[in-house]
Amino acid sequence: MTTVVAQRPKSLSDVVMNYCPGCTHGIIHRLVAEAIDALDARERTIGVASVGCSVFAYNYFECDMQQASHGRAPAVATGIKRVLPDRLVFTYQGDGDLASIGAAEIVHAAARGENITVIFVNNANYGMTGGQMAPTTLLGQKTTTTPLGRDPKTDGFPIRMAEMLATLQGPAYIARVSVHSPQAVKQAGDAIKKAFRLQAEGKGFTLIEVLSTCPTNWGLAPNQALKWLVENLIPFYPLGEFKKEEGGA
Amino acid sequence: MAGKVTFREERCKGCALCVEACPKGIIQLSKRFNAGGFNPAECVNEEACIACGFCARMCPDAVIEVHRVDR
Ligand SMILES: Cc1ncc(C[n+]2csc(CCOP(=O)(O)OP(=O)(O)O)c2C)c(N)n1
Ligand code: SF4
Ligand code: SF4
Ligand code: SF4
Repeated sequence: MTTVVAQRPKSLSDVVMNYCPGCTHGIIHRLVAEAIDALDARERTIGVASVGCSVFAYNYFECDMQQASHGRAPAVATGIKRVLPDRLVFTYQGDGDLASIGAAEIVHAAARGENITVIFVNNANYGMTGGQMAPTTLLGQKTTTTPLGRDPKTDGFPIRMAEMLATLQGPAYIARVSVHSPQAVKQAGDAIKKAFRLQAEGKGFTLIEVLSTCPTNWGLAPNQALKWLVENLIPFYPLGEFKKEEGGA
Repeated sequence: MAGKVTFREERCKGCALCVEACPKGIIQLSKRFNAGGFNPAECVNEEACIACGFCARMCPDAVIEVHRVDR
């Protein structure tokens, strides 16, 4: 007798994804698709893609998708969820998208306790446009716009979005996870499933920040990029649940 | 108990994250090229596979399917 241990989830479209080899955006896509499958919700899920390397996410998920302009995904998701409250609505956003140009949209969607799920992919730079500094870039981290390393005097300090949003009353659940090992991927998948389940139960705003690699712009081989994530990102962006009580409207 | 691990070779980008993830060390990048120009990963000793699914969990491109075979 054979049992399936792992296979492509139904909610992940059967197409080649345009991500660089070893980029963990692909793992996170699979986890989101698995969460949708786990709730048997493919026919009633609407995703909102953002701008960044994941701009083509609307081709990669086998559910209804809407493309939002840069940073505006939480506002678009708000509109969709309010018109169609029986659907599961999620956004998929990078750190440039969510934490800089879209900072206002994410803060107010969270503060309103909108009953949506935000998947926030933090790879500490702007991947798509060539590795510029993002609000999440670490102090000292070299990017194409901080060639000598991020200097707080001129470039400011990195923002811990999960912790910052967790100070608001609106959110029901906020967690930070990572995908650097099979164990971490399992935990990340569990957190994403929990967020979708809370939304289905009408509990309010949920956000999962996922630490992710950008091997291409970090200039590292995929396995070295995972190591860099563990040694540099996790110490500054600790994993865990930052908001657990039921907030929301 | 054993595992059966299959690779959808034409989708593989040769990133080797599965190679690193396998606790049995039985996955390698082959010398061949696929249509994408990558050296696709393959299992070189399926007898030793324990069906843990770690390789599939780390694959960004959903290339790998793992089955447990109970005999
Ligand atoms: C209004 C607007 N401003 C700027 C851009 C250019 N732009 C495209 S993607 C991007 C940042 C993407 O970074 P991130 O959100 O971190 O996603 P990643 O590519 O790293 O996954 C920027 C600034 C744009 N497309 N639209
Ligand atoms: S540029 Fe970076 S984030 Fe974008 S696909 Fe390539 S590795 Fe991934
Ligand atoms: S299922 Fe486990 S043991 Fe088998 S090839 Fe994959 S990682 Fe290795
Ligand atoms: S993790 Fe996936 S894409 Fe990367 S080498 Fe292995 S099978 Fe290929």
